[in-house]
Amino acid sequence: MTDHDTIPVLAHDLVKRFGDFVAVDHINLEARAGEVVGFLGPNGSGKSTTIRMLCGLLRPSAGQALVAGFDVARKPEQVRRRIGYMSQKFSLYNDLQVIENIRFFAGMYDVPASVLHERTEWVLYMAGLVGRESTITGTLPGGWKQRLALGCAVLHRPSILFLDEPTSGVDPISRRRFWELIHAMAAEGVTVLVTTHYMDEAEYCNRLVLIFQGRIVASGSPTELKQQAMAGELLLIECDRLGPALDLLQQVPDARHVALFGKALHVVVPDAQTGIPRLRAVLSAHGIAVSRIEPIRASLEDVFVSLTAQLSGQRT
Amino acid sequence: MLRRLHEMLVKEFIQVFRDTRTRTLLFVPPIIQMLIFGYAATLEVRHIPIAVLDYDNSQVSRELLSRFTASPYFDVRTYLSDRREIGDLIDRGEVTVALQINGGFAQDLGKGQTARLQVIVDSSNSNTALIAVSYINQIAARFAQEFQRTQLLRTSPFAPSQMPSIVFERRPLFNVNFDSQWFFVPGVIGNLILVMVVSLTAFAIVREREIGTLEQIMVTPIGRLEFILGKTVPFFLIGLFDTALVSLVGTFWFGVPFRGSIGVLAIGSILFILCMLGIGLFISTISRTQQQAMVSGFFFNMPAISFSGFGTPIGSMPEWLQTLTYLNPLRHFLEVLRGVYLKGVRLDVLWPQMVAMGLLGSIMLAISVARFQKSLD
Ligand SMILES: Nc1ncnc2c1ncn2[C@@H]1O[C@H](COP(=O)(O)OP(=O)(O)OP(=O)(O)O)[C@@H](O)[C@H]1O
Ligand SMILES: [Mg+2]
Repeated sequence: MTDHDTIPVLAHDLVKRFGDFVAVDHINLEARAGEVVGFLGPNGSGKSTTIRMLCGLLRPSAGQALVAGFDVARKPEQVRRRIGYMSQKFSLYNDLQVIENIRFFAGMYDVPASVLHERTEWVLYMAGLVGRESTITGTLPGGWKQRLALGCAVLHRPSILFLDEPTSGVDPISRRRFWELIHAMAAEGVTVLVTTHYMDEAEYCNRLVLIFQGRIVASGSPTELKQQAMAGELLLIECDRLGPALDLLQQVPDARHVALFGKALHVVVPDAQTGIPRLRAVLSAHGIAVSRIEPIRASLEDVFVSLTAQLSGQRT
Repeated sequence: MLRRLHEMLVKEFIQVFRDTRTRTLLFVPPIIQMLIFGYAATLEVRHIPIAVLDYDNSQVSRELLSRFTASPYFDVRTYLSDRREIGDLIDRGEVTVALQINGGFAQDLGKGQTARLQVIVDSSNSNTALIAVSYINQIAARFAQEFQRTQLLRTSPFAPSQMPSIVFERRPLFNVNFDSQWFFVPGVIGNLILVMVVSLTAFAIVREREIGTLEQIMVTPIGRLEFILGKTVPFFLIGLFDTALVSLVGTFWFGVPFRGSIGVLAIGSILFILCMLGIGLFISTISRTQQQAMVSGFFFNMPAISFSGFGTPIGSMPEWLQTLTYLNPLRHFLEVLRGVYLKGVRLDVLWPQMVAMGLLGSIMLAISVARFQKSLD
């Protein structure tokens, strides 16, 4: 267990280069005990690379990271005893039985014999695999596999948990169960760093870190992020002829982040009170019938889409 | 430490022995390969397909030809009547040798003149060609000698029945019948163990890297040495078992005599398998995928086998290459195998080979262990 005064995860100007390519570019990060920190970012933005450096699997090219108070580059073994890690790929042995996987990883983590039975039972219980101990792991459905992998990663009761896309390819109900487990652990003081592509999951995090091309571009609680990133108010517009409407709104000076969301448009305006009548007028003037226009709460997806759109525009 | 190693070994053995296919793969192919190579890898040439063309058609010429039909080394396939057919037959590979007895053969012989026997050989396989020619020489020489003797007896019945003649008598020291299977079978054992142990070890680690379990193991506190031991000990034991298995096939199926001591063979095998584990481990540290491991394995196996004295005798290689072969563990192991099998020699003779393998193995293992890092860079 970590002392109360050491910060479980602390990264300072962490850099990872692969040859000339900078995969992680001066990342600063801090996670406190019991916090669930979500990493969001498009494919290839450097999420896995960051987590791997924090686990001591990759050596940072520059910068420093302290996990459980130990420098990951200098004392990776000390770090490893204190963390649990689920890699992005499913990485239990598919050809072993459920119970054999549990025993194997318990052995790797040196789980004391006195608590082995209890921990094993606990993993089986939380993965919903009681009575299926001798099932071959590879034949389990995705959701069960992921819970078993989580169980195997926390057999030694680590105080810090790194989860790299733990729920990819898992059905919504299993995902929800998985997140309940994460929150139960966080409630006991475990620090969780988790990457995900699911926006609904991001809402479950205490804090979010948005990574884009190796850099942190925004961070904060989900609520903070939505307010910050969306300086202004988000409007939903339903109308006919979406295409021309989109083109039209992009010409309006104050309207920003015009984007198509399903069968509607999202637009950000500085103020809803004055914005709504103005946009309605513009659209009607061009013969577009507006059936609905109202302020809505921004979803994280809006934040995510608008931020990455903005940044892509700047960088390329 | 021991607990983690124990868990690693339990896991490895479960993985190897649970799957029927893997289980079969470990033990059946070595036996089959031993059988195939044992038969194929032999210098001895038998049943050489031959065509004969007898223009003389005399009793004497037929007598000579019957020597060929009776010989185990030749299979007379066709009797020709025109020499123009020969080229075509050889081109199509239907016969390797054509024998042409010209008209007047018996007559010349009767007059005590030199009778000519024409031999046309397909020398695209020069080895077979040379051997075939030497067999033909032997048969012809013996025939001539016997012909002379009967001739002599007929003309002067009181002459000594024993003709003075020099017969080259081969008296090999160890391989009494020049049975090349005896020479090759120990070599095949060495090759099989090399290929098996190197690829099994390399694949076992690279496969874990490929499916991602290696990454998961690396974040546990397991030590480098524990992991490496966990991965190599099973293949060490399997390698040893396979050595015993193919050796038994060599002894009981091919009847290669086992003149030496099992203890000496065991020491040699252990040292050799350690060398191969070192190589396999090294390959696993430079390969990201199983495909890369396969290619790297190939680049090691080919020269290791070619320059071991398995087929080409080391003595017939250029000087500098001969020196290089001392770095090849297979060279030493083959000397041990042949020494133990065919000569029955012991450690007092084979110790240099043992020391060499011990050194090479230690160096290779040390390099590989040093290269094997618990990280993904
Ligand atoms: N070992 C490596 N060698 C070279 N480049 C690498 C290596 N590992 C990752 N990269 C590159 O670094 C970048 C970041 O990869 P990373 O796996 O961290 O992305 P990610 O955010 O996890 O993406 P995803 O959502 O697809 O998992 C990618 O462009 C990737 O190609
Ligand atoms: Mg990733």
